Amino acid sequence: MVAKAGNRNAGMNFSGSMRSFWKKNGEDILLPLVGIVGFLVIWQFLSMVGLTKLPPPSSLLTDKNTRELLFYPFLDRGGLDKGLFWQTLESLKRVALGYSAAAIVGIGVGILVGTQPKVNKALDPLFQFLRMIAPLAWVPITLIALPNVQTAAIFVIFITAVWPILINTTVGVQQIPQDYKNVARVLQISPRKYFFKILIPSALPYIFTGLRIAIGLAWLAIIAAEIVMSGVVGIGFFIWSAYQNNYVSEVILAVIYIGAVGLLLDRLMAFLQRKILPPDMQG
Amino acid sequence: MQTINTTLTQSQKSRRYSGQAPFLTIENVSKIYPTPKGPYTVLENINLDVQEGEFICIIGHSGCGKTTLLNMISGFAKPSIGEVRLHGSPITKPGPDRMVVFQGYALLPWLTAFENIYLAVDSVYPNKSEAEKKQIVREHLTLVGLADAAHKKPPQLSGGMKQRVAIARALAIRPEVLILDEPFGALDAITKEELQEELLKIWNDHRCTVLMITHDIDEALFLADRLVMMTNGPAANIGEVLEIPFPRPRDRARIMEDPEFYNLRNYALDYLYNRFAHDDVG
Repeated sequence: MVAKAGNRNAGMNFSGSMRSFWKKNGEDILLPLVGIVGFLVIWQFLSMVGLTKLPPPSSLLTDKNTRELLFYPFLDRGGLDKGLFWQTLESLKRVALGYSAAAIVGIGVGILVGTQPKVNKALDPLFQFLRMIAPLAWVPITLIALPNVQTAAIFVIFITAVWPILINTTVGVQQIPQDYKNVARVLQISPRKYFFKILIPSALPYIFTGLRIAIGLAWLAIIAAEIVMSGVVGIGFFIWSAYQNNYVSEVILAVIYIGAVGLLLDRLMAFLQRKILPPDMQG
Repeated sequence: MQTINTTLTQSQKSRRYSGQAPFLTIENVSKIYPTPKGPYTVLENINLDVQEGEFICIIGHSGCGKTTLLNMISGFAKPSIGEVRLHGSPITKPGPDRMVVFQGYALLPWLTAFENIYLAVDSVYPNKSEAEKKQIVREHLTLVGLADAAHKKPPQLSGGMKQRVAIARALAIRPEVLILDEPFGALDAITKEELQEELLKIWNDHRCTVLMITHDIDEALFLADRLVMMTNGPAANIGEVLEIPFPRPRDRARIMEDPEFYNLRNYALDYLYNRFAHDDVG
């Protein structure tokens, strides 16, 4: 009897906590769902009545090739004929390379420029000019300047992602409070200690802001770069070749992949930022 | 000629401890900043000798260059004219022998109280063993009553606790001169009195030379051997130096009962609010 009563209590607690969870988060789950479903319904309707030539969202399932791509992302038939997982992975590898280079160069040069006002004066106009150039505009230049398409693609990522990192790092270093610098001066702290104990921690929130902006840009740039650079495995070129062959529902599927990956990358950076920065320094 | 004459008499006045070589000398110091409207004189012809182990408070209205004066002793600023000497050699740059307790505490928020002090100890005594350095940090945290808060970071500490950490950091490196710029200005009255007493007790035990800016006459009378009263800026000068004769160790209650306390207090108040009344002070 006692055990039974206990069980019933537990059951009631569970449904009770479910109810309170739903009460608290119901709107946060329900409303975005309403938005997405509504969007898909309208799209489906517009396509079915023939207002747009774009295939309806249901074509992801009704179109045979697209369905195959949707259900078998790990397929590999060699050459460029790979599942979307592999295509995305190739693009991500390029982004990782270009982005890492951008992070190293951006933070390094940012610190140099931030600590040396003369270097800053010399280079700032150049940086301000170069950062205005869109990723796509770099493509022809890099294709001419660099030996192969792979390197060119990575360079386009690099040149797109480096500016926000560099500029934010510079500002972060310039914004080190005078008080901290005075402490370092009166204690005659060694340059190495100053770098690790004062400069880097002080500039870190700015550096992270730059890194987070840059990851989004890098992902945008890889798509642009691959679309133009023909003959590589990658989600960007996949879209381009699907478009050339008029497989429009495949394009739609790839676009969903791109959006999802971009979102994940941004969340990942936000997570790292929360993990690494002390809570009171997350501006 | 006239300047030299006044200098001589002032120097003679402050060399009452005859026979002893002055420990810290401020001689004919002026500080002039260039501005677009022409040179702006902050301080003009300051002369002061400080003996080793003395506790000096500096008082004056805001804008009279108190901080500038201390900056020239800590080495963050250089006099435009004249010289500041410690042990007879001119001060050219900041150094740990003249440690500063900064107005805004200047603790690094990403380091714990312990690490903040350790960074200072480690920089000043690179050759000591790690165990020794840690021991010094622990001793000084205990000295200011913060042994339990060693692993808290500054954002988790109250204003009074932050100031304690800053004082512990300053004392841990055994400076010859301790420079405090309005250290208790931002604290509530009770914390302020507590910290004044702690500072005095520590100073009694360690006897470093202290130079402290304050806005609080009672604080100055409780702490200092001499109270330096500045004239108003621009071109501020030392108006008067008040001797504070209370015997040490000092007891706040006993000082408050001493009629001499009120004489000095009224004298200083009269100086600040009548003879050198500031426009913005009611």
